[in-house]
Amino acid sequence: MSGTALDPTTAPKFQVAAKALIGDSQLRKNVRHATKVIQTKRAKVVGEMPDWEDLRESGMQIRQHTMRHLDYYLEQFERNCRAAGGEVHWARNAEEARQIVVGIVQASGAEGKSPTEVIKIKSMTTEEIQLNKALEAAGIHAYETDLAELIIQLGHDQPSHIVVPALHKNRSQIREIFRREMKLPGVDFSNLGGTPQDLADAARRFLREKFLRVKTAVSGANFLIAETGGVCIVESEGNGRMCLTLPETLISVAGIDKVVPTFQDLEVMLQLLPRSATGERMNPYNSIWTGVDKVSPDGPRAFHVVLMDNARTEILADEEARQTLNCIRCGACQNACPVYQQTGGHAYGSVYAGPIGAILTPQLMEMHHAQSLPYASSLCGACYEVCPVKINIPEVLIHLRNKVVKQQSAGLKLLVNPEVMALKAVALVFRSEGVFRVSQKLGRLGELALSRKDGQGVGWIEWLPGMLGGWTRVRDLRVMPKQTFRQWFEQRGKDAPGRRAGDAVEKADGDGR
Amino acid sequence: MRVSLFITCYNDTLFPETGKAVVRVLERLGHTVDFPAGQTCCGQMHWNTGYQEEALPLLRRFVEQFRHAEAVVSPSTSCIAMMKDHYPLMAERLKDEKLKAEVAALLPKVWEFSQFLTQKLGLEDVGAYYPHRVTYHASCHGLRSLHVGDGPMKLLRAVRGIDLVEIENLEQCCGFGGTFAIKNAEVSSAMLAEKVRGVLNTRAEAVTGCDNSCLMHIGGALHRERTGVRPVHIAEILASEEGG
Amino acid sequence: MGAEVVAEGAREEVLRRIRAAIGEGSLADAAEIRGEWQALPRNYKRTASLERAAILEMLEDRLRDYDASVVRVKAGEVGAEIARVLAGRGKRRMVAPKGLAEAIGESLPAGFEFVVDDGLTVAELDTFEGVVTASTVAIAETGTIVLQNVPGQGRRAPTLIPDYHLCVVRAEDVVETVPEAMARLAGTAQLATTFVSGPSATADIEMTRIKGVHGPRFLDVILTE
Repeated sequence: MSGTALDPTTAPKFQVAAKALIGDSQLRKNVRHATKVIQTKRAKVVGEMPDWEDLRESGMQIRQHTMRHLDYYLEQFERNCRAAGGEVHWARNAEEARQIVVGIVQASGAEGKSPTEVIKIKSMTTEEIQLNKALEAAGIHAYETDLAELIIQLGHDQPSHIVVPALHKNRSQIREIFRREMKLPGVDFSNLGGTPQDLADAARRFLREKFLRVKTAVSGANFLIAETGGVCIVESEGNGRMCLTLPETLISVAGIDKVVPTFQDLEVMLQLLPRSATGERMNPYNSIWTGVDKVSPDGPRAFHVVLMDNARTEILADEEARQTLNCIRCGACQNACPVYQQTGGHAYGSVYAGPIGAILTPQLMEMHHAQSLPYASSLCGACYEVCPVKINIPEVLIHLRNKVVKQQSAGLKLLVNPEVMALKAVALVFRSEGVFRVSQKLGRLGELALSRKDGQGVGWIEWLPGMLGGWTRVRDLRVMPKQTFRQWFEQRGKDAPGRRAGDAVEKADGDGR
Repeated sequence: MRVSLFITCYNDTLFPETGKAVVRVLERLGHTVDFPAGQTCCGQMHWNTGYQEEALPLLRRFVEQFRHAEAVVSPSTSCIAMMKDHYPLMAERLKDEKLKAEVAALLPKVWEFSQFLTQKLGLEDVGAYYPHRVTYHASCHGLRSLHVGDGPMKLLRAVRGIDLVEIENLEQCCGFGGTFAIKNAEVSSAMLAEKVRGVLNTRAEAVTGCDNSCLMHIGGALHRERTGVRPVHIAEILASEEGG
Repeated sequence: MGAEVVAEGAREEVLRRIRAAIGEGSLADAAEIRGEWQALPRNYKRTASLERAAILEMLEDRLRDYDASVVRVKAGEVGAEIARVLAGRGKRRMVAPKGLAEAIGESLPAGFEFVVDDGLTVAELDTFEGVVTASTVAIAETGTIVLQNVPGQGRRAPTLIPDYHLCVVRAEDVVETVPEAMARLAGTAQLATTFVSGPSATADIEMTRIKGVHGPRFLDVILTE
């Protein structure tokens, strides 16, 4: 992976990217190990909650209710945040959000001089808008302070998971990155040990100096609380607290979907999120703060929230896809997904990988950039089962597939797309039982040239042409039996007129099964 | 009871033995089986691949064929899941109030074969004999959409002579996913390889399940690798009798 | 601070898009929305189901699960226990929030240096061996201690920068569930609030849990009855 951001506008199709990644056995091993561990932990702490399904139901309903009145709650948040001394900015799209953040950072320095460094908390929203690139272009270096994000940044890599962005790397790969890239005056990282403890200690040393020195921080937000104007961030390492507490200026970038109505609603979200995300009863640190503390100074003196749309209103407008916005970014669907487990996150060509990425990316980006993603699923439903806010991801995937087909069917493409033609033709076949019968016969004829008999006299197909060849790469296909079920059933009726319930039935005649 | 069999398009064409077995089991239990001749396909392949407009007429056809049924039974978890999960929405899309009402009335009478036995008829032992080492594959739609739970396992445990072995990662998808197996052949193959390893680790002679599409997928790889392990629909095991 | 960087018209445009997307949902007034919110189902557990003793045991258990150490003492023994724990850890120079002695209802033990945080700089905070605080609420089910910016708990930075945190939790502040804790916090929801569940940790490397990354690596809890 290169250092350039995962960008659905330039990423290869899922199938193409997946093919390459499946060949990387180290990556697959790392991904498999990590997803297994989190899944097991999650199952344990979810299992000890007899009211888990009630929490999920409430979580979903709170999110749905919020979306139904999103304008109201955003304005309420804005009002309360401002009253508490915070500043609220609005951005229609990624470009506006980047400009706003860069502008605030530039103005945050002492004596009107732009700072050259900021510290950052892991944030999918700032990854989504490729904020670091924009800051870099303005001469501002952003230090990622989450351990996994630091690994990604120093390794010129890309995040592959919402919660554990570096799960595709193992300890020796991380050690190599740190030895090569970590530079701190007076500290020699070149003979760094290889245990996770050694590596975490190195990150502590490397970053502590930044935490104590850098005066401007950028974060995302887990929840915006409309009722109080407060913001909640959930984390583990304490890097979040460092960024939220020590700098003089804090900028939090949040999608407009991040709002919850009340402080009380956190009692649902703070139970659902940690158990789903990391398999903990509660993550080590949750920070909740409201504007800037004027009475008893605590934390930054300037606080900014950037409320960003960036296509979220388009998802909101699509009733069958709106539930996508319920997402609280726990990553449970990624861990549970058998497709993600095979490919890891990079195949999805977007910072949002896995099942949630397969529905979020095509909607956040223009659909034609990500047409392959809604098909990157076997629709097994494991994602829906673990989703803490009950997003029916398979249903949204199917809905998005329909949109893809409509795009592909538009205009001339229909005539050159074999899949569209084939599926439309088959649909016509099923509309008439007579045509279906004829095509069953023709299908059997068509198979003749491709089939070979095995030892038991059963025909098998070991090679198929064109796109169907994907099947026969590793699987054989049994040929159609001589008689269809319906032929047998009709024949049987003729052989034994007046048959009634309870009559003896002849033994099913074997055809080689 | 008069049971109307919805065989499904692919069972009709590719797996007639499964349909015959369903008929045998149901008749052995004293029920009458009829087969509405105009039936074709539930529309799942089209609906799930994104060709939703093409699937809509198949809903009408299904309702026309089965509207008077006392019970509809089908040996396919994914087709029944398709109906239960999407038919109400499809009727909504067609903006046809009469159809909507008919779908609402019909769906509770539609059963996946194993659920019909365990839930509708309340049976576990259907008098079968199958002296083989068998492992059971839980199809995703049965597991997560229809919630068949351990119903199929209960039916299998009651089979005389059977040596039932549980597969590791029972709840893991085999990688079929309809057109997914074609469109994302590499990923599908990787998922399949894991499932096949699980099957082989059980040292079973046969792998069974409630859906021939998964079994065709798993069986295709078992055959390619010349493992000798054969896929058998659960209906065929339940239809087998001593001395048969 | 005067960083008025506003994307012209963005606010109105985003709100317009939202209203177009949600249709009639945007027409509801505050009372209707409030009513709808109140009617949301909340069938999850919202009150304690265990006896007091069992709740305290659960808190101890869950804290230990996070590698925090817990000691239980009676009222009047807190100062002595602070001395014992700090001596055991070999700590001497500690930072303390204003109002700590009042919060724990006892004077701080002699033989240690307790420096009151009256706006210490980050660099100064970095020189301490640890911090001692009281707490607002503790949640047994999740092993969580909640700190707020009030006397006895203070600003967030002092409980973050030193590597060791000794926290006094009063038994009457211990609740069983998260909803009970949120209800107790609701009145002071606007204060800077930190939920601490064990020492800082990461599992970013091969999902191996490492205790202590940037926050305090060691947490001791004195539970008073």
